[in-house]
Amino acid sequence: MKQFLIFVKKEWLHIWRDSRTLFILVWMPIVQIVLYGFALTNEVKNSTIAIFDQSKDAATTAISNEISASRYFKLVKNVHSYKEIEATFKQGKIRMAIVFPNNFSNDLLHSNHAQVQLIADASDPNTANTLTNYASSIISDYQQRLNNEQQLPYAINTQLRMLYNPELKGAYNFVPGVMALVLMLVCAMMTSIAIVKEKEMGTMEVILVSPLKPFLIIIAKTIPYLLVSVLNIASILLLSVYVLGVPITGNLWLLIWESILFTVTSLSVGILISNSAKTQQVAMFTSLMSLFLPTLLFSGFLFPVENMPLPLQVISNIVPAKWYYIIVKAVMIKGLGFSYVWKETLVLVGMTLLLLIISIRKFKTRLA
Amino acid sequence: MQSVVVENISKKYVVKKKATEALSDISFHVDKGEIFGIIGPDGAGKTTLFRILTTLLVADAGKAAVDGFDVVKDYKQIRNRAGYMPGKFSLYQDLSVQENLEFFAAIFNTTIQENYGLIKDIYQQIEPFRTRKAGQLSGGMKQKLALSCALIHKPSVLFLDEPTTGVDAVSRKEFWEMLHRLKREGITILVSTPYMDEASLCDRVALIQKGKILSIDTPKGVTKQFRKPLWAVKANEMYRLMMDIKTDPGVESCYPFGQYHHIVFKNPGDDKKRLEEIIQKGHFTNAEINNIEPNIEDCFMALMKE
Repeated sequence: MKQFLIFVKKEWLHIWRDSRTLFILVWMPIVQIVLYGFALTNEVKNSTIAIFDQSKDAATTAISNEISASRYFKLVKNVHSYKEIEATFKQGKIRMAIVFPNNFSNDLLHSNHAQVQLIADASDPNTANTLTNYASSIISDYQQRLNNEQQLPYAINTQLRMLYNPELKGAYNFVPGVMALVLMLVCAMMTSIAIVKEKEMGTMEVILVSPLKPFLIIIAKTIPYLLVSVLNIASILLLSVYVLGVPITGNLWLLIWESILFTVTSLSVGILISNSAKTQQVAMFTSLMSLFLPTLLFSGFLFPVENMPLPLQVISNIVPAKWYYIIVKAVMIKGLGFSYVWKETLVLVGMTLLLLIISIRKFKTRLA
Repeated sequence: MQSVVVENISKKYVVKKKATEALSDISFHVDKGEIFGIIGPDGAGKTTLFRILTTLLVADAGKAAVDGFDVVKDYKQIRNRAGYMPGKFSLYQDLSVQENLEFFAAIFNTTIQENYGLIKDIYQQIEPFRTRKAGQLSGGMKQKLALSCALIHKPSVLFLDEPTTGVDAVSRKEFWEMLHRLKREGITILVSTPYMDEASLCDRVALIQKGKILSIDTPKGVTKQFRKPLWAVKANEMYRLMMDIKTDPGVESCYPFGQYHHIVFKNPGDDKKRLEEIIQKGHFTNAEINNIEPNIEDCFMALMKE
């Protein structure tokens, strides 16, 4: 026990004395959360549009006003011909154009049938889809209000309800993903240099010629980093709530414990990398390269895992971030309790134990 | 009782599919309480030998035991009772002197107080700097701290790999005095060094070259193996003098040694006369010819030629 405590103390002193690294370890997640939190988003805000209004009557004016007043759209130009629309698209000034034909209001009121054309820049199909959907719903909103005044015999009203995220905020989807990404990278990178550093400095040679047991060395090396990670979890959660505006709906303690569990998993990944790497640079590079992309792709927050081909879906199961992402979404956004995430939690526990056992087994008790 | 037994140890390194023999068929033994020197130039295989004995490497062939424990099978026991100081400074540079010592005491399940008597003489010299980081110590102080850390668990065998390399002459002398004090405590010491002058401070030495042991004996015994008379010659033009001496077919070897050239003849007899002739022919002035006792380095040079 004394051996263990002094080793933890020694590791802590390494971290504490290297103030520059400590500074990076504490600030990196904060910067990343803010950066990814704002940059990684597919939300549509203030998209530029043009309107080609050929009838200029009460109805078209009302719809135009409603569209340009919404926070999704920003009217930049009133155009007067189809040619002009195309020219404006080519200049890259607008992402969508709305065309009202002649006699819009007349058609609407007398023949019960009016047409609006939405022209979207589909070079980015997702955005184009989102924009046309938003515009359509504003238009149908208007139509419904008209209908309320004049009773129509038959009508089907689709009522949409967006659960858990009524405002359709992108942050609700991204914050859990970014949390997984940042924790994974920071924790794994921290420990990935821990063992290899001793090899490089030559201190491993002296430690090996001592009665210290491998599992003691490995566990003692993770503990101080776990303390730093808890600090990171706290800062990440605070930022999510107060800067990115994602509330914690579920139990805060459950979320914290699950985060700590995921942190330990990530630290174990780093330890495993550190075990096999020859130099600190290799360790850093391996952890960055081998963790960044899989975490980004397979955790499910950028691209839904269900849409991937089966082999990739299978691969995604070994990415720890996937399970953490599911847990965070369930607890933080949906407000679910432990009974809904115990399976995912068990997967993370299993992964952690497996990684640690492999690390201890692979730990070289000799130099070569 | 024998503290260290080495039997037919061999070790190869394979670098880019080319095997280099670091140690080939080495055997020796070290008695308890002995200071045993491994003397040889860089690349002779000293560090490899130390790493095999400290259980850090496994030999390709042969057997070795420390304190009666096999270095492969019972490596855990050896790690409890051996003290090891690697050639490269291997303490934590960002920890202070005291923190380093405390750490090494604790991982060997002991405390500084428990074995303070053993390291007192050494540690007292660096104690005024105990809050200083190890990385900021001078070379000599680093060695003293490293020795203290290797000794803090009262090892029965101490392995010192080139402990005096890069240390000034005064510190080197002090260091050897400490080793003799430790010997009196009954600790067996294996020490390697590239400095021939340190060989005479050991009880016995093994001269090692290219992974092979050239000779094992007491320092006196090694010099006794040198049977031919050895001559030290000095004159005004040293380089031309060496060239002239080497052209004599009767000369076995001639190499510079300090201010002199050391010369051995193949068939000793009228050595002095022949040297005087060379000096006369070459018109050297201020010439000096002495018959001297060989030291370890002379023996090493002679053994290397064989």
